[in-house]
Amino acid sequence: MTDVTASGVPGEITTTDGVPLKTSLARATRRQRLQALVLVLPLLLFLLVAFVLPIGEMLFRSVYSPVGSNVLPNFSKVIQEWDGEDLPPESTFEVFVKDMRAARENNEIGKTVGNLATRINYEIPGSRGLFTRSARKLKNITEGPYKEALIGLDKRWENQHIWRTLQRVSHDYTISFYLAALDLKYDANNDIVRADPLYRIYVPIMFKTLWLSALITAICLVIAYPVSYLLATLPLRTSNLLMIMVLLPFWTSLLVRTTAWIAMLQTEGIVNDILVFTQIIPEGSRIQMVYNMTGTIVAMVHILLPFMILPLYSVMKTIPPYYMRAARSLGATGTYSFIKVYFPQTIPGIAAGTLLVFILAIGYYITPALVGGNDGLLISNLIADHIKKTLNWSLGAALGAILLAIVLVFYWLYNKLVGVDNLKFG
Amino acid sequence: MTILDRIPAPGYVAYVIAVVIAFFYTGTLIATIGFALVLGLPLFFMSELPAYATWLEKFGQYIFLLVCTCIFIFLITPVLVIMPLSFNVEPYFTFTEGMLSLDPNAYSTRWYKDIFLFGMNDPDRTEGWWSDMWNNATWVGAALNSFKFAVLSTIVATFFGTLAALGLSRPEMPFRSAITSLLISPMIVPLVITATGMFFFYAKKDVFPFFPDGLINKDLGIILAHATLGVPFVIITVTATLTGFDTSLIRASRSLGANGWTTFRKVIMPLILPGMISGALFAFITSLDEVVAVIFLADVHQVTIPRQMFSGIREQISPTILAVATILVLISIALLATLELLRRRSERLRGLSPG
Repeated sequence: MTDVTASGVPGEITTTDGVPLKTSLARATRRQRLQALVLVLPLLLFLLVAFVLPIGEMLFRSVYSPVGSNVLPNFSKVIQEWDGEDLPPESTFEVFVKDMRAARENNEIGKTVGNLATRINYEIPGSRGLFTRSARKLKNITEGPYKEALIGLDKRWENQHIWRTLQRVSHDYTISFYLAALDLKYDANNDIVRADPLYRIYVPIMFKTLWLSALITAICLVIAYPVSYLLATLPLRTSNLLMIMVLLPFWTSLLVRTTAWIAMLQTEGIVNDILVFTQIIPEGSRIQMVYNMTGTIVAMVHILLPFMILPLYSVMKTIPPYYMRAARSLGATGTYSFIKVYFPQTIPGIAAGTLLVFILAIGYYITPALVGGNDGLLISNLIADHIKKTLNWSLGAALGAILLAIVLVFYWLYNKLVGVDNLKFG
Repeated sequence: MTILDRIPAPGYVAYVIAVVIAFFYTGTLIATIGFALVLGLPLFFMSELPAYATWLEKFGQYIFLLVCTCIFIFLITPVLVIMPLSFNVEPYFTFTEGMLSLDPNAYSTRWYKDIFLFGMNDPDRTEGWWSDMWNNATWVGAALNSFKFAVLSTIVATFFGTLAALGLSRPEMPFRSAITSLLISPMIVPLVITATGMFFFYAKKDVFPFFPDGLINKDLGIILAHATLGVPFVIITVTATLTGFDTSLIRASRSLGANGWTTFRKVIMPLILPGMISGALFAFITSLDEVVAVIFLADVHQVTIPRQMFSGIREQISPTILAVATILVLISIALLATLELLRRRSERLRGLSPG
């Protein structure tokens, strides 16, 4: 099919139309690569709009907070010239008073004095009233000196801390929500210090989430290992039948399973009934197992168990049974051959299962929200509370970003050790 | 029965003694039968151990099977237990004395009726009952919303997901692992984070064509969110069907004169169809079960079944939730059966199954 033409370099192979084979091949490959890419492109674009940009927006919100410059547009520029010593000059005070007075007329969402007061209150708890109350009285200040007049309204305006915070808040970009999410804060000297013990809530919850996820993963592994072994060693017909028992809960709605666990674990529930009936515990001392951490753990283990069983099972199914028999015939005891021969071969399955369960457990929201009570809450619940209830969106976004970073580290690890291509169901 | 040969006589004796003790200890038949079943089920799965197996090993196998039995009970009980509870005549989540003694008066279908009646303007009126039920009953409205979102988001996820899976499984695909990781990530990223991001982004004004007020509290927002969450399942299942796909079939088809579209329709499509359908089923059930995105993005007009269950559990816990749950379990069983049939068909088509 090919011949050596005079035009080409001597000895170079070309196609019939005279193009060097190398070029032609490269062109064909490029076309094929492009074709493959074109097939993926619609989904990539779809996910870009529906998924990637929203997450980007969340990350942006965690650092972008333009309240300062929205409420006090002129002041936020002027205050930047202040060197942070003593108090800002009289001219700055004048701009501040005028801006505040203008802001009081403003009812646009995100541009009211209330918004600024809330924002400052995040930084200095308890300072909200200072802003709202002073703003109401500002109409009495018509002429200078503004500094004395303002301090006359409230002694706290003399405080450097307030002005330094105002200076910081006047920047549109801030890391203070990440500081808050890590239980840190700026002190009066603009240094980053740990928050007061009473306000240190996020790091403990974060650690509790990690610890609880690890515990749930460990319980899942311990429970799933024997079951997967049984499923992998039984004849196919029997194991398919038993597999239904694993897949049915997997396919059952999360809400249904959570409801079922409430019915099982409540004080008048089935587990307590059985315990009382078999006289393991007396009637009077039924155990509170739901609306606390126990409820979260039990329900989450049940919900995440299939994610451990399925990867373990698929790995164990590929282990030939004669390895164990060979070990036994060479004189190893049952336990020894299990530890030395069988167990090492299941490690890929263990890695896949534990990482998957751990990743899913860290971000769990629904189950802890319903059966967790107060002490079974996880970091996701705090994020949802900030978005839906307290409306501190930036802090919610910062907590979300930290959680996302943790999850991505484990996802990356999963990719390295297991590979996303090996994800399968059933 | 071969089972008799597999278990040594002392095993039986011990089993019978244990059951008798249980009977005298608890004093009731139901409890004894339950106990006998839990202890007896493992015996059925005892396999023939090699001749050199010691007595201890046989006992060990029994204990292992007993543990597995308990785990299976742990897995399946919560799903099964809600079914009888949903027929409780009392408004509680517990088994009453009457239910345990199988008294017919302790059972009723009132909670199933309540699914239709709850939220109606006037359940006792005969005239216009149907339109009242259809338009006002809370659970009916939630079911309609759920199925609307599930069907539409499944179509979107299956279409885009299948196309992408076809591209991803081509050997020439550039940046395959990076792109796959990205496409799978909606399953990995915690739902709260995804929902938070969407809550911020979809609220943007003047970004989305035809939706100047953004996508919050709009059907489209929820459909986009649910489709996003369904995409990874479609990718995984379709890619799984495409591994071991004989690419020479495509070349054969092309060499016989078929164009790309005909090849897809007549050769590729029938082979990946089982994967597509099971992916679609996964996407469907994901959407049907999804509640976080609905909590973040929807208002009262887009309440779905899980959303209604969520607020039901939090506010006024009533067995109606159990009745709905029972129906949902039945739906899952139907879907699971479909999926199993599809898997078998796919294996048969691809010649993977031994029989």
